[in-house]
Amino acid sequence: MTDTLNYRDETLETLGRSELQNLQLKNLKETVAMALKTQFYKKRLNKVGIKAADDIQTLADLNKIPFTTKDDLRECYPQGLLAVSTDEVVRLHTSSGTTGTPTVIYHTQQDLDNWTELVTRGIVACGVSRKDILQNMMSYGLFTGGLGLHYGAERLGAMVIPASSGNTKRQLQMMKDFKTTMLHITPSYMLHIASRLEEFGFTLGDLNIKKAFLGAEPYSENTRKKIEAFFGIDVYNCYGLSEMNGPGVAMECVYKNGLHVWEDAYFMEIIDSQTGKLMLDGEEGEVVFTTLQRRATPLLRYRTRDISYVFPGTCKCRRTHRRISRIIGRTDDMLIINGANVFPSQIEEVLMRMPEVGNNYQIQVEKVGALDRLIVKIEIYSKMFSGEIKQLENLKIKIQQELRASIVIKAMVELHEPGSLPTFEGKAKRVIDNRPKL
Amino acid sequence: MKITQISVFLENKKGRLYEVSELLGVNKINIMALTIAEERNFGVLRVIVDKPGKALEVLKQGGFIATLTDIVAVEVGDYPGGLATILKVFSEHDINVEYMYGFVEKFSEKALLVFRFDDTDKALDFLKNNSIKVVGTQDLENL
Repeated sequence: MTDTLNYRDETLETLGRSELQNLQLKNLKETVAMALKTQFYKKRLNKVGIKAADDIQTLADLNKIPFTTKDDLRECYPQGLLAVSTDEVVRLHTSSGTTGTPTVIYHTQQDLDNWTELVTRGIVACGVSRKDILQNMMSYGLFTGGLGLHYGAERLGAMVIPASSGNTKRQLQMMKDFKTTMLHITPSYMLHIASRLEEFGFTLGDLNIKKAFLGAEPYSENTRKKIEAFFGIDVYNCYGLSEMNGPGVAMECVYKNGLHVWEDAYFMEIIDSQTGKLMLDGEEGEVVFTTLQRRATPLLRYRTRDISYVFPGTCKCRRTHRRISRIIGRTDDMLIINGANVFPSQIEEVLMRMPEVGNNYQIQVEKVGALDRLIVKIEIYSKMFSGEIKQLENLKIKIQQELRASIVIKAMVELHEPGSLPTFEGKAKRVIDNRPKL
Repeated sequence: MKITQISVFLENKKGRLYEVSELLGVNKINIMALTIAEERNFGVLRVIVDKPGKALEVLKQGGFIATLTDIVAVEVGDYPGGLATILKVFSEHDINVEYMYGFVEKFSEKALLVFRFDDTDKALDFLKNNSIKVVGTQDLENL
């Protein structure tokens, strides 16, 4: 931990709570005004008596608005949630959905500028300066992790190496050659590098890394400590989701004690995912966000399905923006495998397209070294068996290819005899996650 | 003249092969030739038996995935180069062998081999036209 406290915008970051809430109200009203320009929210807000921004008088008025869900986003695809003309849009990010229907978030130039600013604010809070050299090892493209951090670090004036993920040997060579001081990377990839450093012909002495931002998948405090000890660096937790722009929604400060949610940009609620009731500080629940700065795709009370809790009290860094814990779970069955989001239903969809696959299957996730491994076990449908091993080999390859296309993950496929996988009388438990718990 | 092979899908787990042989044995079905093609976690057992119809029935009843495949049994001279001689002829005439294996026992002074061709009918025509002895189902039952 560094002793000097750095701020991007000290006044804004340490604003008194009531002033911060006034700012939130002002931003909320603007957001509602934009939301009323979308087909989806116009209908939904009118139904609860909100016809203009002035129908929101206090932050508590937000409670009149129903939650927005991932399914709402899917149903609105592609333009149901677009609040501006496409001429004003400068970028979009999509994420693939479980049913094949993606979701899309549009950004105006101002939206991107705001997002970038939040990322810059977050990395400054971790002591990053323009002297730093960021090797950004998150994927670039539709996934928001790569571009989000990229622009935030560039705006600060740090040097960015847009390395993207993969090709470990080259990554290490760049770290050495360019004296990279910070990484943006998934925890599993970081552990993978730790375990194979020597194999690639490098030693810790070749590296000049001081900090790493770890995100895109949940990891435990022990994992953080392990990585910090191995590399001799500071690791900071970084949280975001594409529906809320991407990285930069919440970030740790140098005290590494909870992630500050930038509350001028996001109105945060923690709810009981069953009843929708608001939880108190310190109580675990589903995180719900309302965008307060986004014009192209405003989202009101969006249910993230991520589980966390608010840290009571204030942080030693004097920032008044409240802190949440690391993400401790999901309200749905989403799996995060090597940083990629996977729903079991996506796998099922692929399997059930194949006539050779019987009705029963099992999804297993294992930790192999630092990386996750996905094993898909299927039962052969007896009537489709031709007697040829070639057919079975082709089936395996076909399943692997289609899974790769659907969930962007290489799976191991195992073929089994009918009746050999466990069956269920009640709710089937088809997902076996053998990875150590956080 | 085709003969019938039974192909059984077997998961790679302990005792599974034993269970097949046990089931066939209890039902007085005699295994005359066999081979196993294996993958990482499964295999396909290929067997020639004296009563293929009955074998298929008992295997399916026993919960196995099994199916019938047409193959051709050919007598090959049992001397050094005997196999090469016939394979050369096949190759020269574009008769493609997918896999082959041998019978456990000999029934004449010649060796009996099982061939799976990519085009069984084409192969049979060729064998017939070249007077190469093909063993039929009836022959097997009489052995």
